[in-house]
Amino acid sequence: MSSDEQDIAAGLSARVRALLAEHDVADERAFLGARFDAGLAWVHFPEGHGGLGLPQVWQRQVEAELAEAGAPYPDPGRNPIGLGMAAPTIAAFGTEEQKRRFLRPLWTGEELWCQLFSEPGAGSDLAAVATRAVRDGDSWIVNGQKVWTSGAEKARLAILVARTDPDVPKHAGLTYFVCDMTAPGVEVRPLRQITGEAEFNEVFLTDVRLPDFYRLGEEGQGWRVATATLNNERVAIGGAPSARETGMIAKVARAWRDHPELREPAMHDELMRLWVEVEANRLTRVRLRQQLAAGQPGPEGSAMKLAFARLAQRISGFEIELRGEDGLRYDDWTMRQPDYVDMTGRGPGYRYLRAKGNSIEGGTSEILRNVIAERVLGLPPEHRVDKSIPWKDLPR
Amino acid sequence: MTLLYSETEEFLRDSVRRLFADRCPPGAVAAAYDGAADFSGLWKSLAGDLGVAGLIVPESLGGAGASAREAAVVLEEIGRAVAPVPFLSSAVLATTALLEAGDTALLPALASGERTAALAVPLTSGPPTSGPPTSGPARHAAAVRHGDGGLTGRVTSVAGAAEADVLVVPVAGDDGLELRTVARDAPGLTVTPVLALDMTRPLADVEFAGTPSARVGPGEDAVARALLAGAALLASEQVGLARWCLETTLAYVKERRQFGRQIGSYQAIKHRLADLWLEVGQATAAARYAADTIARGDEDAEIAAAVAQAYCSDVAVHAAEECVQLHGGIGMTWEHPAHLYLKRAKADQLALGTPYHHRARLGDLVDLPAS
Repeated sequence: MSSDEQDIAAGLSARVRALLAEHDVADERAFLGARFDAGLAWVHFPEGHGGLGLPQVWQRQVEAELAEAGAPYPDPGRNPIGLGMAAPTIAAFGTEEQKRRFLRPLWTGEELWCQLFSEPGAGSDLAAVATRAVRDGDSWIVNGQKVWTSGAEKARLAILVARTDPDVPKHAGLTYFVCDMTAPGVEVRPLRQITGEAEFNEVFLTDVRLPDFYRLGEEGQGWRVATATLNNERVAIGGAPSARETGMIAKVARAWRDHPELREPAMHDELMRLWVEVEANRLTRVRLRQQLAAGQPGPEGSAMKLAFARLAQRISGFEIELRGEDGLRYDDWTMRQPDYVDMTGRGPGYRYLRAKGNSIEGGTSEILRNVIAERVLGLPPEHRVDKSIPWKDLPR
Repeated sequence: MTLLYSETEEFLRDSVRRLFADRCPPGAVAAAYDGAADFSGLWKSLAGDLGVAGLIVPESLGGAGASAREAAVVLEEIGRAVAPVPFLSSAVLATTALLEAGDTALLPALASGERTAALAVPLTSGPPTSGPPTSGPARHAAAVRHGDGGLTGRVTSVAGAAEADVLVVPVAGDDGLELRTVARDAPGLTVTPVLALDMTRPLADVEFAGTPSARVGPGEDAVARALLAGAALLASEQVGLARWCLETTLAYVKERRQFGRQIGSYQAIKHRLADLWLEVGQATAAARYAADTIARGDEDAEIAAAVAQAYCSDVAVHAAEECVQLHGGIGMTWEHPAHLYLKRAKADQLALGTPYHHRARLGDLVDLPAS
């Protein structure tokens, strides 16, 4: 550590100590608010907006020191879109006033967020969104239908991509907004999925009026802003390194140890194949973090979500086969809207079904392979017939 | 614990890569299959001039006092060039066994590159499992016995035996397995080169018939340690090989055009290469961890080696198979080097234990028993 770095480390520790001395860790919301005001929410965010303008690597020290003191932290499972996607996007593209309005209640969990991107006709091809936003004085009038919106029933705010100019090619006519989910004309309908529960919603937007203050970035700049958001999503889904044999593989390993009667000779090799792949993936994430700390971020990060999806699906499929009769049972088909996805808390049938979504949500594995092939490996881009045609003239 | 490469390691890599670029281009390596090639000069340069033969030998025994991490980097470059040099057989397997058995007589000459050794076990021998001793190094004990008239017995598929000046032989003695050395020109020793799938790592069958030998020390742990270090470091060779296949294939699909487009613009090809790239990245992390745990004498080394071998063996074969397939017809020709990598990758998959062996072994190590 250089002497500058030692100063930063000492300064951060002093801030954490002061925060802990002046605020009660038992009052979660008040403590999180104070942490935001102390610039310790996201140290890489600007001063006055939850940060100190430091490089992001210093966040780890803050998290470690606060965790040691038993301080509360915002549950990423409760507000994943807000913390993982909206916050970095607002920090990068928002005005001073927008940062002031949105970041603090997002951080404390007072306002939950959801995402209004995908539509029935715009999934992987997100730039094809048809939801229209038309300027009306100092406001925008929004009409359209969004889908795959988790947490819409609880969210106070949303990040929204809408078409503001149909006369230009699809990427150029989009604008990024914050949507008030309590505004008249916003209708949320749960969307039941193959697991039985409704983690997601359809959201119908009918003459929803949003003040121009809710526009994030310039008119027509929506694609650029959305791309930044989606990159954050993939990093968030790929995940940080964990300890050996945790998560879904731990479930399978435990079943193997607890139930010798289930063991079949040929299953053992498959079990160990999965164990090995999980461990190789874990070591890759350890290595990625070391590269990041050394200032040489590796491109492997973009592949971690792809690897995770494949492993989750193989492991959960194997777990059902291993469990015998238990693999034939299901824990709960009740239609409910869960607070968050609990992969390890539910039964193997749920894990198997839910993991099918891992290769679809947040960028399908097919799209991710395109991204890796083009951006990392430098292979030629897909042929796109719709890139230079005005959106209104595209066949739909 | 770091899974990255140090500056020293990168420096070492550069010199090894330059030597191979200069002295063993693919055209020269292919000559190994036609029987006339002599690569002893290349090995002398690598072992002696660059000093890599003594990387894991302590300075007190004339070595470089480096570690398995540096040896792993050399192996990455060997894999990248499919270099026909006995680094793994002499500087890793035989050297580790001798170090563990307490040798001081032979190691200085091995470290300087003046002499070359081979560990007389079949290349397919994996590190022992915790099962009955018949599955571990003791199995080799049955192959060679020591009596009043010298050594007798036969060991097949020994890597590097024909290029070695001295054989390091696990022998069944009165007190269990012991390690003995045999000079290559000793009476009663017959070394018969075999025609191998992979001629870039030459194999030979070795027969002892009343052969004189010298005792080094106890052999059980020495052989086990050597096979463990060998398995852990072979993963780095596999990573280097896989990376060459990926890079070469990428370059080709960007250049080759069919139906008026570069073939690398088709998703059927892009997606396969994206998956392969992901595998090579993960293999790198697994191999680095295996080398690092050996270097530090970490108690996790057994698990790390099993993970690395189980994973990297298959990745190298996958990379080489993709390299042949995505090169189309040219990938099936003798002229293109892809076949050298395919043969090495497939043989490496069996070397020092198959992935099946390592997965079975890992099951014992992490309390996931087969039955």
